[in-house]
Amino acid sequence: MRLKFSILRRAALVAALTVPAVAFTTAKIEAATPAKVQAVAIKGFAFTPQVVTVAPGTTVTWTNVDEDPHTVTANDKSFHSAALDTDDKFTFTFTKPGEYAYFCSLHPHMTGKIVVKAG
Amino acid sequence: MGNEPMTDDLDDGMSRRRLLGRCAGWAGAGALYTMTGGVASSISLDAALAAPKRAGGARPFTFLQISDTHIGFDKAANPNARGTAIEAVEKIKALADKPDLIIHTGDITHLSTDAQFDDAAQILSGLGAPVFYVPGEHDFLDEGQGKAFLARYGKGAHGTGWYSFDHDGVHFVALNNVANLKPGGMAHLGEEQLAWLKSDLAGQASSTPIVVFGHIPLWTVYEAWGWGTDDSAQALALLRRFGSVTVLNGHIHQVIQKVEGNVSFHSARSTAYPQPAPGAAPSPGPLKVPAEQLPSMLGIRTARFVRGGEPIALIDQAFA
Repeated sequence: MRLKFSILRRAALVAALTVPAVAFTTAKIEAATPAKVQAVAIKGFAFTPQVVTVAPGTTVTWTNVDEDPHTVTANDKSFHSAALDTDDKFTFTFTKPGEYAYFCSLHPHMTGKIVVKAG
Repeated sequence: MGNEPMTDDLDDGMSRRRLLGRCAGWAGAGALYTMTGGVASSISLDAALAAPKRAGGARPFTFLQISDTHIGFDKAANPNARGTAIEAVEKIKALADKPDLIIHTGDITHLSTDAQFDDAAQILSGLGAPVFYVPGEHDFLDEGQGKAFLARYGKGAHGTGWYSFDHDGVHFVALNNVANLKPGGMAHLGEEQLAWLKSDLAGQASSTPIVVFGHIPLWTVYEAWGWGTDDSAQALALLRRFGSVTVLNGHIHQVIQKVEGNVSFHSARSTAYPQPAPGAAPSPGPLKVPAEQLPSMLGIRTARFVRGGEPIALIDQAFA
């Protein structure tokens, strides 16, 4: 993640030196907000990866590939999906650092955790 | 094993040894369980079903259990769960011994949608006996967490849908163990429901036969798959003083039973699709079997109380 970010920064710097002002602005925005995404599969009655560490601002997308419906429900109920049928997705963007434990409210033995950590 | 009327033998107090001896060759579609002496044993289903109604004497009181109809399920394990639910209804209507009442032990629908509840109600309306429902987790996954289920079946029930009723001297208790589940746990009854259960049972004589029904097993079948109920020990403590307690559930889509003192636990087949035996697969998801094998893994259950006699019989009838 850090490597990718620095490459983008360098690209922005190069862009700043070599392209007109309009393009420069675009490049700058790109550099400031790199696409931070993380996928979690719901498969075989489990969240995979079960624990994942992401940077603040990361959008996590859960995809249910089971034939059974599942949910993504924060233990403290701060976020929750509707019931996800096969191939349904749920996304949530984590902005604040912290540990976010969640589970499937239909099959509560299924648990997972998103760790949001800067840098 | 022929088509002899096995139920008559049971009513006459057939010994377990003799019964088991006569069952030696059976490996078929279903089983009749008797709990005489607290030990479950099985005999042929076909023979039991073929039994003519007894002439004279008290009419045995029977009721029926249907479970996990999963209306709306259309995945590979059974692309026509609607069709097999209809087949179950037809089989129930064809029974020689008409049930006084029917219990549905949950997962009526697959996804709790209004359309699925409507369809299920229409399919099950032809059963010809009153149906008593408890929800499965699939009936509680709407945004209202059971609102759709309770709007249809929650009238007169307590909390998230628990209640009791009496029929012909038997006390029936309907429990909901699929609401407000806790992270990392299994099924859950909760303090409010347990307090209600305590007061509900307080008025019952210890000699009253008790039938408890709920969706997820009240004994731990397999913890790694969540097949059990966190706080069931508190419910079972309240049931211990009764001479006869029969606990019926669905959820695991297969017949498994256990006897613990005076309490016998029985999970039923689904009418929709089978699930693997505990631990027999990486996950408890729908089990895909060859199409010709599917009917042998779906089914319904008849329960028979013989008045004044000890045996309480459960007949598990597979589709084929």
